[in-house]
Amino acid sequence: MATRQSTFLGRILAAPSILVLFLWMIVPLGMTIWFSLLRYNLLDPGNESFIGALNYEYFLTDPAFFTALGNTLLLVGSVLLITIVGGILVALLMDQPIFGQGVVRLFIIAPFFVMPTVSALVWKNLLMHPVSGLFAWIATSLGFQPVDWFSNAPLFSVILIVAWQWLPFAALILLTALQSLDGEQKEAAQMDGVGPFSFFFYIVLPHLARAITVVILIETIFLLSVFAEIFVTTGGGPGLATTNIAFLVYAQALLQYDVGGASAGGIVAVVLANIVAAFMVRLIGKNLEA
Amino acid sequence: MGSIQLKGVTKTFGNTSVIPHVDLSVEDGSFVVFVGPSGCGKSTLLRLIAGLEDTSGGEILIDGRNVVNEGPAKRGLSMVFQSYALYPHMSVRNNIGFGLKMAGLPKSEIAAKVEHAAGILNLTPYLERKPRELSGGQRQRVAIGRAIVREPKAFLFDEPLSNLDAALRVQMRLEIARLQKSLGTTAIYVTHDQVEAMTMADKIVVLNAGRVEQVGSPIDLYERPDNLFVAGFIGSPKMNLIEGPIAAGLGAKTIGARPEHITVTTDGTGTWQGTISVAEHLGSDTFLYVDVPNAGTVTVRTQGELGLKAGITVGLTPDPARIHRFDNAGKAIR
Repeated sequence: MATRQSTFLGRILAAPSILVLFLWMIVPLGMTIWFSLLRYNLLDPGNESFIGALNYEYFLTDPAFFTALGNTLLLVGSVLLITIVGGILVALLMDQPIFGQGVVRLFIIAPFFVMPTVSALVWKNLLMHPVSGLFAWIATSLGFQPVDWFSNAPLFSVILIVAWQWLPFAALILLTALQSLDGEQKEAAQMDGVGPFSFFFYIVLPHLARAITVVILIETIFLLSVFAEIFVTTGGGPGLATTNIAFLVYAQALLQYDVGGASAGGIVAVVLANIVAAFMVRLIGKNLEA
Repeated sequence: MGSIQLKGVTKTFGNTSVIPHVDLSVEDGSFVVFVGPSGCGKSTLLRLIAGLEDTSGGEILIDGRNVVNEGPAKRGLSMVFQSYALYPHMSVRNNIGFGLKMAGLPKSEIAAKVEHAAGILNLTPYLERKPRELSGGQRQRVAIGRAIVREPKAFLFDEPLSNLDAALRVQMRLEIARLQKSLGTTAIYVTHDQVEAMTMADKIVVLNAGRVEQVGSPIDLYERPDNLFVAGFIGSPKMNLIEGPIAAGLGAKTIGARPEHITVTTDGTGTWQGTISVAEHLGSDTFLYVDVPNAGTVTVRTQGELGLKAGITVGLTPDPARIHRFDNAGKAIR
């Protein structure tokens, strides 16, 4: 925008879309905030009344909230760890010149295109099922007791499914970063007598830092709101073992019909997500600066 | 110590032979320049010596030891790359010291050597900076620092100045030559720029299509080119190569006369008569492009300003003692 006139014109032209985006954001947010201040239960319609911060008090003092918060952080953290470590290893493998490279890459990326409900169903009924699942068959054919995944290690099972879905995403981003490593740098390292492990830790890993940051930020956004995998496999149970914040809000609204409480939970989730986001940006955002 | 010998070195990629057969010896402490047009195999030859490419045949001897089956680090050479290939996330200090760290030297020794190298290259104020915070010439010096700190048997330079602007190139050219002389380490330098080759080299190796066309000191190549390729490649402006009846009259297929060895006269005398088509006035020199019947365009370099313009007819007289004659195969007749 060179001149004052073109700056002005630019603002005028951008204004409608900015206005629409603003309304798109502010209206649902405003309504949620408003609902969160009401006594609003679907079993008792027409009797809404203003109760102030009472919904928040109930939601935040509910022991389920802290369990769900813990589960959310554990889920996000574990999946991030698995997908980044696994993603780097997969990316290193995919970077090797092998026969049928294109097809192999396509297969590795495939899980990302399977919708969460479908992949959760596949894992639940075809892989992890204690009677008819593949893992149970492997265990029994080796003479072991099959594991009942969703009863014995429910959160771990959910983490496994979600990590399986996000591993290709991480691998793909990290692969492109890996391929942008300068060839002469590899040769300079060769001349310096750098072994494969030193090369990985001193040259490759720092080179991947920015890509890893991007993967962490994007995955965190989506992993904070994991829902379908939990809904399909465990329904948040047993007990509260796999209930995260998103599922807790759902349970509040549509299992207990408490719209006011759910709205309060929703706002709490928004605040939490922003805290996590601010924390992340402070922690690793400096990697994104050129 | 760092003498390098190539014995019958060949390199093929699939069915294409990039380097058919090269024999060459580089004496300890000398500055050898590989020069040639793009794609002549000069970089490949350097990479073969470095160990970044495997040879297809022949021997590479460093101090008399055959190294073709050894990795690059074992050969005790260090290389300066065209793109510098600095590690972007490491400070200048760590960039220079990285090779020593990988070799397992104690920290205090690394620090001392890095300081020493930085001192030689005027990099001391920049030791804590990252490569992206440096200018092109400074990055170049870091790359050189990384090479000298390992005290190698020989330096390998792969077109190290091609990313710098013209003024800096002249300055770095001087610095590299001076540094090499003061360290007394063997250096092999690859370039496509014959001016760099002429100014820096003790010995020039002219390569064309993977073959060594001629090896010799800069003045050797200038005064006694073995063949047409070397005659046309060395010297700026290029040597005039004339075929046809004029050459036949001197008993050759082609004759060559350097632009600076032709005298211009305006009084109607001269071996050849021609019309100036373009005159380039540089102040110190004037380059004349003269259309001569039966000879084509002849380039002439005259000293000073003679006030000659396009369209003027002039007489040209080549110095008979400095006419080069070439036979049908392009070899020099002596």
